[in-house]
Amino acid sequence: MAVDRATVARIAKLARIRLPEQDLDPLAGELSNILTWIEQLSELDTEGVAPMTSVVAVALPKRADEVTDGGYPAKVVGNAPESAHDFFAVPKVVE
Amino acid sequence: MAGGADLTIAEARDALAKGEVSARELAGAQIAAVEAARPLNAFITETPDQALEMAEASDARRRAGEAGLLEGIPLAIKDLFCTEGVPTTAGSHILDGFTPPYESTVTANLWRNGAVMLGKTNLDEFAMGSSNTTSYHGAVESPWRRPGDNRPLVPGGSSGGSAAAVAARAAPGATGTDTGGSIRQPAAFCGIVGMKPTYGRCSRWGVVAFASSLDQPGPLTRTVRDAAIMLGAMAGHDPKDSTSVDTPVPDYEAALSGDIRGLKIGIPKEYRLDGTPPEIEALWQQGIDWLRHAGAEIRDISLPHTSYALPAYYIIAPAEASSNLARYDGVRYGLRVPGADLTEMYENTRGEGFGAEVKRRVLIGTYVLSAGYYDAYYNKARRVRSLILRDFTEAFETVDAILTPTAPSEAFAVGEKMDDPIAMYLNDVFTVPASLAGLPAISVPAGLGASGLPLGLHLIGRAFDEETLFRTAGVLEAAAGFDAVPQFVADGR
Repeated sequence: MAVDRATVARIAKLARIRLPEQDLDPLAGELSNILTWIEQLSELDTEGVAPMTSVVAVALPKRADEVTDGGYPAKVVGNAPESAHDFFAVPKVVE
Repeated sequence: MAGGADLTIAEARDALAKGEVSARELAGAQIAAVEAARPLNAFITETPDQALEMAEASDARRRAGEAGLLEGIPLAIKDLFCTEGVPTTAGSHILDGFTPPYESTVTANLWRNGAVMLGKTNLDEFAMGSSNTTSYHGAVESPWRRPGDNRPLVPGGSSGGSAAAVAARAAPGATGTDTGGSIRQPAAFCGIVGMKPTYGRCSRWGVVAFASSLDQPGPLTRTVRDAAIMLGAMAGHDPKDSTSVDTPVPDYEAALSGDIRGLKIGIPKEYRLDGTPPEIEALWQQGIDWLRHAGAEIRDISLPHTSYALPAYYIIAPAEASSNLARYDGVRYGLRVPGADLTEMYENTRGEGFGAEVKRRVLIGTYVLSAGYYDAYYNKARRVRSLILRDFTEAFETVDAILTPTAPSEAFAVGEKMDDPIAMYLNDVFTVPASLAGLPAISVPAGLGASGLPLGLHLIGRAFDEETLFRTAGVLEAAAGFDAVPQFVADGR
């Protein structure tokens, strides 16, 4: 599967990664090579084979629905680039 | 070296138990060795003060008669494990300034067992790489050189700093994580032992996530015995990781009986690849002969879907990575690069914070998960993964372990294989299938290649049967008698 420049720009937008213009063409080439190489999977007949969901056959453990942690907001926001009043601060979203 | 920095974990443990050395003295010697190894760039953060403090506390515990499994043993920690109060970078610019307010379960287990932290080791950015050249904190150099050739070599990756530190005697053991070969391949390149346990054996809680269905912590050490001791102290059920398995952790060291008589060892024909260097083929044959002479029964087996493992991996791992790495948004921790609005802030932060290989994989992952491609790529790869697991399940009906080479080449020079991502991915061709199947596997240093660099042999076992792997690896280790020393150590650093 060949990926063109516009596709790279579109998936970079989806992934929220700013790419400089000059990176688009080289990336289109690299991603095309990788995807072409991956294409060999299509040789395999996987009809009727269930997709693997878990490497270990165990039921997902559940615990009681109760609060077991918390009460230290300063620790939670301690690594934030910007915080205010124990909240994470972001650029204005709503005008 | 004075003070015990050359001791293995088992030797240090015995010397500590006999009172021949204190944890404080051992930590002092090891801190000096970490400093001496600085030219390798194996550590991102050194924690000498913490090491001495922990060592003194360990000596006090020993005096009080409370010695854990790793009491007083200094260890290096891959900088992918969150360590409370010590910066954790994952080798990425995007985690600039991040200091975890919590401790990963695996490192907490190690400290509870008495281990002492020397520092945080360098790695490929977010553990994505096979050469430790993608770290924001610079490439790691292997302590090995080709005889008569002074070009720096890669230590392998992604646990390259851990492998280099252990090979250079800066630490007797180090934690690693393995997603597609990130413990085993650097262990092979650096001439040490690297063990990837069964998926679920060690908790992933507090380990920076790359591909959650594949990531698994494990030990890098200089001997099989040390790997057995260290894994025993790392492993165990953790309610904070829902994929952590609630099954008892055996005494792995007790499994090292040296007796593999009657054990059935499978040799998969699909691992004989065109273009594999003859010395790797020869070493594999040598490994077969060693095990046969020790009384094992050798059987030819087939794992028919082997060649599809690597392309399936390069769909599944990037898909999971693109999802896991969505959390790096400049809001809650790490780097923030301002933008005119929220979206632009995300894009600027991630554009600047991620390196080239991480971007490449996040973009591949985003693509294969995007509308219209999800079934063709992601679900297809998961179906192929089922077939790969089935290959192993069928093989393990007739054999107890599988022997292969660890990597298709010896270590390469810094700068080689950098232009072609796929050539780099092929480093993991022998390690990825076991990762996809969640199986335990170990690399043992077994000889030197044509240019005088270490080569590893690789054993794959049944799920949760690490004991058979350790036992067989111990036999390989004894037969190989690998005692070559990296130039960096031989030259007195």
